[in-house]
Amino acid sequence: MKKQINLTVNGKAYSHEVEPRTLLVHYLRDTLRLTGTHVGCDTSSCGSCTILMDGQAVKCCSLLAVQADGANITTIEGLAENGTLHPLQEGFREEHGLQCGFCTPGMIMTAADLLSNNADPSEEEIRHALEGNFCRCTGYHNIVKSIQYAANKINKKEVVS
Amino acid sequence: MIPAAFDYQKASSVEEAVGLLKEHGMDAKILAGGHSLIPAMKLRLNQPGILIDISGISELNGIKVDGNTLVIGANTTHGAIAKSAEVASSAPVLAATAGVIGDVQIRNKGTIGGSIAHADPAADWPAALIACNSSIEVMGSGGSRTIAAADFFVGIYETALEDGEVIVAIHVPKVPGTAGSAYEKFFQPASRFAIVGCAAVLEMKDNFCTSARVAFTGVADTAFLDEKVSAALENQTLDDATIKAASELAASDAEILGDHFASEEYRQHLAKVFAERAIRAAIANA
Amino acid sequence: MTKMIGKSVKRVEDKRFITGKGQYTDDIILPNMVYAHFVRSPYAHAKILSVDTAEALAHPGVIAVYTGADVAEVNGVPCGWQVNFKSGETMKEPKHPLLVVNKARHAGDAVAVVIAESKEAARDAVDLVEVDYEELDAVVDPKKAAEDGAPLVHEDAPNNICFDWELGNPKEEVDAAIAGSAHVTTLEFANQRVIPNAIEPRSYIGDYDVAHDKYTLYTSTQNPHLIRLLLCAFVLGIPEHKVRVVSKDVGGGFGSKIFHYAEEALVTWIAKELGRPVKWTADRSEAFLTDAHGRDHVTKAEMGFDEEGNITGLRIKTYAAMGGYLSTFAPAVPTYLHGTLLQGLYTTPKIHVDVVATFTHTCAVDAYRGAGRPEATYLLERMLDTAALEMGMDPAELRFKNFIPAFNGVDEEGYVTNVALQYDSGNYHPVLQRALEMVGYEDFRKEQAAARENGKLLGIGFSTYIEACGIAPSAVVGALGARAGLFEVSQVRVQPTGMVSVYTGAHSHGQGHETTFAQVVADKFGIPLEHVDIVHGDSDSVAFGMGTYGSRSLAVGGSALVKSIEKVIEKGTKIAAHVLEAAEDDLEFADGKWTVKGTDKSIGFGDVSLTAYVPHNYPAGLEPGLDFSSFYDPTNFTYPFGAHIAIVEVDKDTGKVSLKRFIAVDDVGNVINPMIVDGQIHGGVVQGVGQAMFEQAHYDEDGQLITGSYMDYAMPRADDIPMIETDRTTTPCPHNPLGVKGAGEAGAIGSTPAVVNAVMDALSPFGVKNLSMPLTSESVWRAMNS
Repeated sequence: MKKQINLTVNGKAYSHEVEPRTLLVHYLRDTLRLTGTHVGCDTSSCGSCTILMDGQAVKCCSLLAVQADGANITTIEGLAENGTLHPLQEGFREEHGLQCGFCTPGMIMTAADLLSNNADPSEEEIRHALEGNFCRCTGYHNIVKSIQYAANKINKKEVVS
Repeated sequence: MIPAAFDYQKASSVEEAVGLLKEHGMDAKILAGGHSLIPAMKLRLNQPGILIDISGISELNGIKVDGNTLVIGANTTHGAIAKSAEVASSAPVLAATAGVIGDVQIRNKGTIGGSIAHADPAADWPAALIACNSSIEVMGSGGSRTIAAADFFVGIYETALEDGEVIVAIHVPKVPGTAGSAYEKFFQPASRFAIVGCAAVLEMKDNFCTSARVAFTGVADTAFLDEKVSAALENQTLDDATIKAASELAASDAEILGDHFASEEYRQHLAKVFAERAIRAAIANA
Repeated sequence: MTKMIGKSVKRVEDKRFITGKGQYTDDIILPNMVYAHFVRSPYAHAKILSVDTAEALAHPGVIAVYTGADVAEVNGVPCGWQVNFKSGETMKEPKHPLLVVNKARHAGDAVAVVIAESKEAARDAVDLVEVDYEELDAVVDPKKAAEDGAPLVHEDAPNNICFDWELGNPKEEVDAAIAGSAHVTTLEFANQRVIPNAIEPRSYIGDYDVAHDKYTLYTSTQNPHLIRLLLCAFVLGIPEHKVRVVSKDVGGGFGSKIFHYAEEALVTWIAKELGRPVKWTADRSEAFLTDAHGRDHVTKAEMGFDEEGNITGLRIKTYAAMGGYLSTFAPAVPTYLHGTLLQGLYTTPKIHVDVVATFTHTCAVDAYRGAGRPEATYLLERMLDTAALEMGMDPAELRFKNFIPAFNGVDEEGYVTNVALQYDSGNYHPVLQRALEMVGYEDFRKEQAAARENGKLLGIGFSTYIEACGIAPSAVVGALGARAGLFEVSQVRVQPTGMVSVYTGAHSHGQGHETTFAQVVADKFGIPLEHVDIVHGDSDSVAFGMGTYGSRSLAVGGSALVKSIEKVIEKGTKIAAHVLEAAEDDLEFADGKWTVKGTDKSIGFGDVSLTAYVPHNYPAGLEPGLDFSSFYDPTNFTYPFGAHIAIVEVDKDTGKVSLKRFIAVDDVGNVINPMIVDGQIHGGVVQGVGQAMFEQAHYDEDGQLITGSYMDYAMPRADDIPMIETDRTTTPCPHNPLGVKGAGEAGAIGSTPAVVNAVMDALSPFGVKNLSMPLTSESVWRAMNS
């Protein structure tokens, strides 16, 4: 029996009837056509499906769409504001933090959670925060640098304002 | 990966959840964070007919201190426990344990109640909860009861929960200020579950240990209080030789698991190493 | 105009990826699309007694269920490389059917496919297909497979042998050289089977347009044209011009997406059967079971030395797994990509390599990042460090002593090896020298000694490698058994306004071609980078190209690009000369304009482009337009090389290995974009580290894949890895116009033995000389305590 869900995704309100078994990641990808959130595994291991749910990074391949009823969700598509890239998006480009791009949205969303809790993380803290995200291309080196770039940029801005 | 079809109902109170469990019997499963259940359902290792979502029950959420007891609602996430000031001051070993479960995303959604109900033999919570002498408050159609953590974990994916019971909260006696505690874990390199996890809670008077609880997870079918190690520490001055001798006893009564990542022999060895590490870390932060 | 070549230009393609706008195959939903889900054998080896699809067909939403019997008339998936037995007999090449008929030959072998209106219905109905299996004994070890009495994978391949093969100096000469050596180092080891694990699972959509009798296959492949050729000419027998293969964004390949897979052919075939688009996307569990695996060699190696430590000879015997079926390039990997690399960087005077390729009841094995060259490098570099330890020599000194002297391939001839190659250019001392400086070798040895005093185990490991890439001259690979040419194509289409569209047969799945190729074009034409667009991955717009693998894109595809660029400039010069009323010889082309030498008379690139398409004032007899294609077939492989050093710490209590530092000094020839090259090295190094420390496709004796998910297959994570310290030397390739060699695989080739050697060095006080990969905590602990 289908269930009604109401939620906000990237600032926009949605209301849909979904099967209880519909995974949140499939709802985002297939129903809302937000295909920036990816599926890389079956076991909540790879982190490609990471989104922000009520401000916290979660793996939406292990959540049901019905669990997102009432939630406020941000996906990679909603991270840039008014066409201005988020410092993390900018950082990944500046520091070559991506190659094939498949893990990238999940990496960026995980890093967004990190920076919201820890504005100036050490290399070790960054690496630890990424323990739930696989990248097979970059060896993580430039991902770490990308997040450092974003942290520096955000901190500098705060000092200025 | 798609779960088999099921029905879904959101409960607004523990009583309602218990009622739904009673109504649907074995066909029903409780959904909290879903981070143990949903992956198993995607692989179709688990195919319940109905999920009863308890995540909206506010009384199951949150951490509070009740006299000398820390009460952690079943729906509290690992992440919230890791960050909680109450937990850090009342039972710091639980904060330390919460911080090494899964990864940040899993900690943000996975709950303590869900994890212990799942009873994975390699999960982190059981050792820490046993070492803290916690008890699990559950409610069924016959009312509520509490089960000592040491009795709660019965076997692989098996707990002392009766059919129709829901976990309500975890009650943890405040670890006294004079005590030291630690959780030390040897990670399985793929899943990052515990190959061996050892939690130690030691009440200390200077160098003298007045009470010791050392518990393991990952080592056997289920987590357990290691009475031999604990006894070898209790009422002893914890000098180097005593610590080493106690650690040597680790898991000596357990039926030790062996798998692709760690044979029985190696696991037994690791239990000793991590007992020693946990004891030393506990002493250091006493 | 600032030069673009050699600059770390930020990537053009990143914008879509960082905003979630990439388009991977699974992101595509076509109108009226249906979904496929496979029924796969749970057994490694089983007779299929019956398949009952009735209940599945009755399930709501199910449209069709196909079994092996339904596709029995369709050809199987072909192998693209033929290696003959030593006797001259053709290799054993059993049919690889799209769906198995009588017998499953590895866990995960596809028995049937369910097609349904939704992915949910397809998945649900898979459980309703009843297959009656009779389980049979299996063999999973490539060496045991060749033993008498081993269960047969294919009845027509006795002893499971696909082929045997040898290369090098006559065996007797090598035997004599080793017998006469002052010291012989012998090692027996496995180069374990690993799983590529591109993070994007394979995904395919077949579509058939009845109005135009035209198929479209959307596929996550590294080489769309090769897939089209194999699909049309070998599997489905459909006309090649009636098939469009599209591979837009692809989420990593590492070799595993080179090959033509049965699922690609099936979705295409079923799309026509049903008249509806058919999508299949692998679950990760399926990827573990069915993406072609890598490595899986069992080797005995013997290396002889004289009293001074000069290598006298090398003798190798390797058993290499092919798996249950022959994948596209499988036979080439342990032979022409492995045996030919056993000269390494060393002057070894006598080499003989003997390879036996066997079928096992496992997933197919094929090229995985480095393909054969990591296996060769692992073998040589483990031998060198082991020999140094045994002879009491310094491992760096032993390498310096045996390095081939420098040659640039222009003034000095390329180096002819004993194993059928001629290296293009090389200068090996400086890379190791630089790596030693970076690591601070002397200080490290002091630190290591002090640490040992304190019960702490540090180790340092070396690896100096060479690889052959830019694959490769078609005539050469043809003679060696390739059933395809290995050229590359480019088309440079200058638009009337001077904007440039480039079509390349190379395919980017992370390599950044949209940036690097654009840098080359922008530089050569003297135009802004933004004026160049790189198109790849669509067989309808790009001429027949060969795709990306073997670190070939820039060396081969970039060379094809330069040829087209030169043709544009040549024609542009004619047009410019006409407009400027000057002789062609009096013009020079620089900074985006043609100038009459010694004057300020000039015409810009855009004006010449416009003139080409608005040919009012135009050279007589010259065709309008400015649009050229070129095919480039290289004259040789390219030979990057480098020196890698790993420093590890071993936890004495648990055996856990931690990678503390990794230094990589690589020489990949000229570099177009240093940022991208560094990124390739970082990623390659970590994949190689993964093999050394974490990864293993572990089949049990029944052929069950024990490490079949991320819960059991360990891959490196961010917190397992330090920052990678990189540097470069530059020895240009003498035989291609950009002087480039290739960087995609270098990291993965060099790093694995460096890490293992470092652990062996750390364990040397325990007398440990050899451990199997991956270096698990338990195996290291056991080695210290045995």
